[in-house]
Amino acid sequence: MMRQEQFEIRYGPLWKRLETQLALLENGRAASSGQEELAAFPSLYRQVCNHYALAHSRCYGPDLVARLHRLVLRGHQQLYQPQRAGFRGILEFAGYGFPRTVRAHWHAFWLAFLLFYLPAGVSGLLCYHDPTMIYSVMDENRVSRIEYMYDPRNRKTGRTPDRTSETDLRMFGYYIYNNVAIGFRTFAGGMFLGLGTVFFLLFNGLTLGSVAGHLSHQPFAAVFWPFVAGHGAFELTAIVISGASGLLLAGALLRPGNRSRTVALRHIAPEAVRLVMGAMGLFVLAALVEAFWSPLPVNAGIRFVVAAFNWLLVMAYLLWAGKGHGS
Amino acid sequence: MTPAEDQINPPAERQLDTRYRHETPEGIELVLTLAGPLVRGLAWAIDFAIRAVAYLAFVLLLSLLGGVGTAILLVTFFLIEWFYPVFFEMRSGSTPGKKIFALRVIQADGSPLTWSSSLLRNLLRAADFLPFLYATGFLATVVSRRFQRLGDLAAGTIVVYEGQEEKRTARTAVPARPLPWPLDYGEQMLVLRFAERSPRLSAARRRELAAHLAGFTGREGTPGQALLAHASWLRRGRG
Repeated sequence: MMRQEQFEIRYGPLWKRLETQLALLENGRAASSGQEELAAFPSLYRQVCNHYALAHSRCYGPDLVARLHRLVLRGHQQLYQPQRAGFRGILEFAGYGFPRTVRAHWHAFWLAFLLFYLPAGVSGLLCYHDPTMIYSVMDENRVSRIEYMYDPRNRKTGRTPDRTSETDLRMFGYYIYNNVAIGFRTFAGGMFLGLGTVFFLLFNGLTLGSVAGHLSHQPFAAVFWPFVAGHGAFELTAIVISGASGLLLAGALLRPGNRSRTVALRHIAPEAVRLVMGAMGLFVLAALVEAFWSPLPVNAGIRFVVAAFNWLLVMAYLLWAGKGHGS
Repeated sequence: MTPAEDQINPPAERQLDTRYRHETPEGIELVLTLAGPLVRGLAWAIDFAIRAVAYLAFVLLLSLLGGVGTAILLVTFFLIEWFYPVFFEMRSGSTPGKKIFALRVIQADGSPLTWSSSLLRNLLRAADFLPFLYATGFLATVVSRRFQRLGDLAAGTIVVYEGQEEKRTARTAVPARPLPWPLDYGEQMLVLRFAERSPRLSAARRRELAAHLAGFTGREGTPGQALLAHASWLRRGRG
């Protein structure tokens, strides 16, 4: 059997060579070392793996074993590197990756859809028929603030009487900060067996539904519906899809099938992330429309045409985008 | 093996420590040291302080710009709150706070963190944080086998100590001495480890440690010198 010192003398230069390659790879300067040198990396790495195993089984000193282990670990990290997505990856995701993922998980989508729109519809009808109903959902202050926002006596539609383009920008920032975070929390709520997700869906459905029902009476309706119609398609769909992402996590925890809960969760989690990131894109789109289109002084008829177009766009995108692309 | 021996030198899978072993496709075992909740909490606190300073700097800077400033500020807040860890993890595997403690986030199979996993474990902070100050995350970390919070469990990630390069000390040439009787793996490691550490130990500590093995090293020379000679024999053989 080869002694440790002979072993070190014989293979030392090889370890040094791998060390140099690793340093280059880790700094992203691998190209400077030339193709041929790089092509040798996998075989060098496997040799050193072999040396590590030998050093271990031949009871060589812990220092040497530790040094080889470090080399092997660094090599492992370089060899098993995931593909970087880059800008192209984002475009592909928006183009067909995302709608395909939504279609693949249509169960979760429709469940989230019901959990959101059912309470919205019921509370909307109740609040429409009984104007005092809204006070059982939110307090007086909030109701009067909302009524004020959509009061036609404020000449400019929207949030405040003195709304400028700077205000539009500020509202854009606020929509991003607030709405996307709600989407993320709805997603994260899936980890508590879906209770968090279900709560956020029901709660948002209830609030939005009752506000919409309450404001469907004149004089507010003439301001409210044209204002919200434009971005509704994107925002409401984004809420439903973030709900679906949370329900996917919950599904893995509640019905793991033949796998352990952790394995089932790890399996479905990348899909759920794709859903919630797509929902973030929709939220951003909604924020753009809500901040820069909705406050414009445009005739209500045109607004409803645009709104209808947006709904058709979202539906067509989710139904058909990426349908022809392989799988 | 008698029960007593089994206790001194238990098999790897029964050792109660923070090592995590993963077998690679090459058939070798990677041994990683997992980071516990305390050090991760400290790293988080440092990251939190860095974020607080960043918030403050942005508030001061952007308040000069009025409405536009507020818009940028809110978007920046959003980005920092949710994507600060993702940004640093995807650049170098660890946030500045983790870097201070030489921690690193990797996939449980030892490969580098993927985008999807980084997004997942950081978005799920919203769940780990509940009901206050990462109470859920702490609980999950303590209960799970690999110190994983919920985000780590879903993403299949672990937080490990980065292997630090130990300073290698020059070996002094000691004449080799054969072992009086064969030693098993753990015992050989003990002798070699002693030899490797001895330059960093004080003379008194070296004597104290070696004295435990006086029965093994025999009468010739001090136990410390004898152990170094045996280690030399293990490394070089008779030559």
